[in-house]
Amino acid sequence: MHEMSIAQSLIDIIREEMARHNACRLRSVRLRIGRLSAIVPESLSFCFEIITTGTDLEGAKLLMDLVPLRGRCRQCGREFEIEEYAFECPLCGGPDIETTAGRELSIVDMEVD
Amino acid sequence: MKISVVKNILEANDRIARENRAIFDEKGLLVINLMSSPGAGKTSLLEKTIDALKDDVRIGVIEGDIQSSHDARRIAEKGIPVVQINTGGACHLDGNMIRDTFDEFDFDHLDLLVVENVGNLVCPAEFKVGEDFKAMILSVPEGDDKPAKYPLMFRESKVLLINKIDLAPYLDCSVAAMKKAALKVNPDLTVFEVSCKTGEGLDAWFDWIRQAAGTTDAG
Repeated sequence: MHEMSIAQSLIDIIREEMARHNACRLRSVRLRIGRLSAIVPESLSFCFEIITTGTDLEGAKLLMDLVPLRGRCRQCGREFEIEEYAFECPLCGGPDIETTAGRELSIVDMEVD
Repeated sequence: MKISVVKNILEANDRIARENRAIFDEKGLLVINLMSSPGAGKTSLLEKTIDALKDDVRIGVIEGDIQSSHDARRIAEKGIPVVQINTGGACHLDGNMIRDTFDEFDFDHLDLLVVENVGNLVCPAEFKVGEDFKAMILSVPEGDDKPAKYPLMFRESKVLLINKIDLAPYLDCSVAAMKKAALKVNPDLTVFEVSCKTGEGLDAWFDWIRQAAGTTDAG
């Protein structure tokens, strides 16, 4: 349950960006969360709500795009979706897989006034 | 108005971890972030490792626990520098907590710093502390389904110690199956099969650590 730390880091970045753009109201913030990240989206929503309640950020929407886990075989070059966390190429069976997506934990954009 | 941000949410922690790392590198210190579930044997492994290496490798330890200084006392009995961090509820250590311990150590007189993270198979994997690499322990009674259930930690670790292999005959789970499951998630893992109870397999781990800490030839 480290979603509270993540939510706090998120709020820090939001405040920094809002100050930089002279924004006074946050409507929504969009995140990209990879399937390999150890985040439970529902917990993060819950923590975000708790932290923002009673502040000027209250009511802002937290939008989360979940990114599937994808890899590329370093042996044959095949790109594929990694299922069940099996890092093995479905084409040649090679075990040397580079993770190309699914590790994200980032802010994409914010809607502010 | 839409603002494009594109920023890693953990960037602030990553930055502190990089700063920590720079200090460790400058001091020529090997730093291992040791992770596992509660009770897998992190402190036991440390005790055995200290006993075996303390004449060759100068070791320091940071103990991370939600509460208590139980583990730090166990390590302090070995006569090496140790700092206990109580996270007060937080399920992992982060870069900042590690930085706060720096005044307690004399890094010029250490070769190896082991950060024993909070017992937890999920959260610590997400937070860098400035380590050279992550090492994890999976104990045999935990079962061979853990790599598939908690893939991030296995994926992030460089070393896996399968501990309590002496218990394998009494359980339905085989060490070979655990190793296979772990390598499926991360084929690059260096795996040691050990028992901190009987000492089986530990010599290979000790040799590996000696080499990693760069003390094999230097003496």
